[in-house]
Amino acid sequence: MTANAIIELRKVGKWYNSYHALRDVSISIGKGEKVVVCGPSGSGKSTMIRCINRLEAHQTGHIIVDGIELTDDVKAVEKIRRKVGMVFQNFNLFPHLTVLQNLTLAPIWVRGMAKSEIEEIAMMYLKRVRIPDQAHKFPGQLSGGQQQRVAIARALCMRPEIMLFDEPTSALDPEMVKEVLDVMTELAGEGMTMVCVTHEMGFARQVADSIVFMAEGSIIESGSPAEFFENPKSERTRQFLGQILEH
Amino acid sequence: MSKQFPADPAPIPTAPVPPAHWAASYEEEPSQASAPPQANGMTALKPFGWAKDNLFNTPLNTALTVACLFLLWLVVPPMANWLLLNASWSGSSEACREAAGACWSVIVVKHRLIFFGTYPYDEQWRPFLACALFVAMLGASGVRAFWRPWLAVAWALTLVGMGVLMWGGVAGLTYVPNDRWGGLPITLMLSVFSIALAFPLSILLALGRQSSLPAIRTFCVGFIETMRGVPLVSVLFMASVMFPLFLPEGVTVDKLLRALAGMTLFTAAYLAEAVRGGLQAIPKGQSEAADALGLSYWQKTMLIVLPQALRIVIPPIVNQFISAFKDTSLVTIVGLYDLLTAATVATTDPEWRPYFAEVYVFAGLMFWIFCFSMSRYSQWLERLANRYTRR
Repeated sequence: MTANAIIELRKVGKWYNSYHALRDVSISIGKGEKVVVCGPSGSGKSTMIRCINRLEAHQTGHIIVDGIELTDDVKAVEKIRRKVGMVFQNFNLFPHLTVLQNLTLAPIWVRGMAKSEIEEIAMMYLKRVRIPDQAHKFPGQLSGGQQQRVAIARALCMRPEIMLFDEPTSALDPEMVKEVLDVMTELAGEGMTMVCVTHEMGFARQVADSIVFMAEGSIIESGSPAEFFENPKSERTRQFLGQILEH
Repeated sequence: MSKQFPADPAPIPTAPVPPAHWAASYEEEPSQASAPPQANGMTALKPFGWAKDNLFNTPLNTALTVACLFLLWLVVPPMANWLLLNASWSGSSEACREAAGACWSVIVVKHRLIFFGTYPYDEQWRPFLACALFVAMLGASGVRAFWRPWLAVAWALTLVGMGVLMWGGVAGLTYVPNDRWGGLPITLMLSVFSIALAFPLSILLALGRQSSLPAIRTFCVGFIETMRGVPLVSVLFMASVMFPLFLPEGVTVDKLLRALAGMTLFTAAYLAEAVRGGLQAIPKGQSEAADALGLSYWQKTMLIVLPQALRIVIPPIVNQFISAFKDTSLVTIVGLYDLLTAATVATTDPEWRPYFAEVYVFAGLMFWIFCFSMSRYSQWLERLANRYTRR
């Protein structure tokens, strides 16, 4: 356990009724670290990162984000959610608002920022994800890749210290995956703390500081990309890598 | 079927009156022929070609078309004669007895009673003005350019103005207690106020029904199911007769207000279910995205969930509005004089008693005008709401 961890999970357990989704998951992520979480479907990887901003509540163990423990205390949860941005598999943009309004809504209402000020910042982020010309369109008028880049910009507008990505490219057409991964790679280069559930092993190899492999609700192994890909310790990992690297 | 019969060569039926059994056998499905499946853009320019393609393209369709024309020929001329051509438009009831058609003179003579009930005759300009003001404000509130903060101020002034006009007692106006109000003002005010109050209440009920707090959820479910489970008449009866029994001695709540409360609660229960339908149609991801951005429950509900949910349920909501508008006529059972009750009273005059049908046609027309306006407005609102999303 690193001393300066910004995210720390200690023996976290979670059940959906009788289904044991997370089993004693412990992980420590330092500031600026990029962690890629992978594993077969149903392994609990999405559940784990959704616990970090309490979209899901854990039942046992402790989750501490930037020194604040996640409990039922709504105030603590809100504090953490301001520090943690999240990008979803299905983008989850607000279809009744324009792209710009999607970006400025939370900063205005949650951070109390002035509209003119945040609009300027939002335009800057839209430029960074390379779609400033779409600012006044509605999400439904954009391609999947564009929508996901808007979703990243929306999360960034809250000036988060941590970004969570929950399979950000799984719902995209293949030719749009790259444009989203490029934005994420760029973000990684700027020192953002990132936790990313993805099956994009090329991205993992290039960007991740460490890779966490999960199966059946437990962390099977974690390590640097080099170790993970070249020298997987467990049989389960080798099997998984064999399956996804085949094609 | 078309293969068994020779193709019909004539674009127009040659026999104007087909055998009577045709009409009898197809009487129940006239829409098949009168509403052709689609109007082709090319042939629409040529009515004969269009008719041939759509009304006379098979022997069956030809038969249906002819049968419908025959039915129309049976129904429309007598109706037009009664409604318009042979109708008596003015004069005394004697003139009506001689005329073969409708007696519209009864409306001319009784319109003040129908519109304003037992409101003092010489003061009826006051409810007229109040209604005119009310309808004008309702119309203005539907215009998008007027959706500004000052509209609320205008509404506050309008309501005060209506109160002054209807009750009087100030500014030289004689006092008219509200048990003498009747007709259109009662119908309009009861329906609009009950709808306006029921709508926000229904949203709270719908949200409460989905609440994670068991006490709130149980209360909302119980309220909705109770209100939906009983007829409106019994709710009104409870509000009017039973409710005063529960009040401490000396405390009275106005009869009109009690009926309004009953209407509001009843309408809210129905609306709540329509709103819940909208809430359930919003993907969970919307709520999660709002949570992840740190929005509070109310911010999430007001900014993300409701704006999307409500535009989905515009049709069922307006359906409920229209239904509630017409249901105001049930307040007659607690002794309030709405438009329909006032119309009924107008038919009790022995001199004009034979012409009750005309009075009810007129009252029906009044209801139709308001309900049809709501329907048209909702269609416009739907187009406005859906202009940008998901296209």
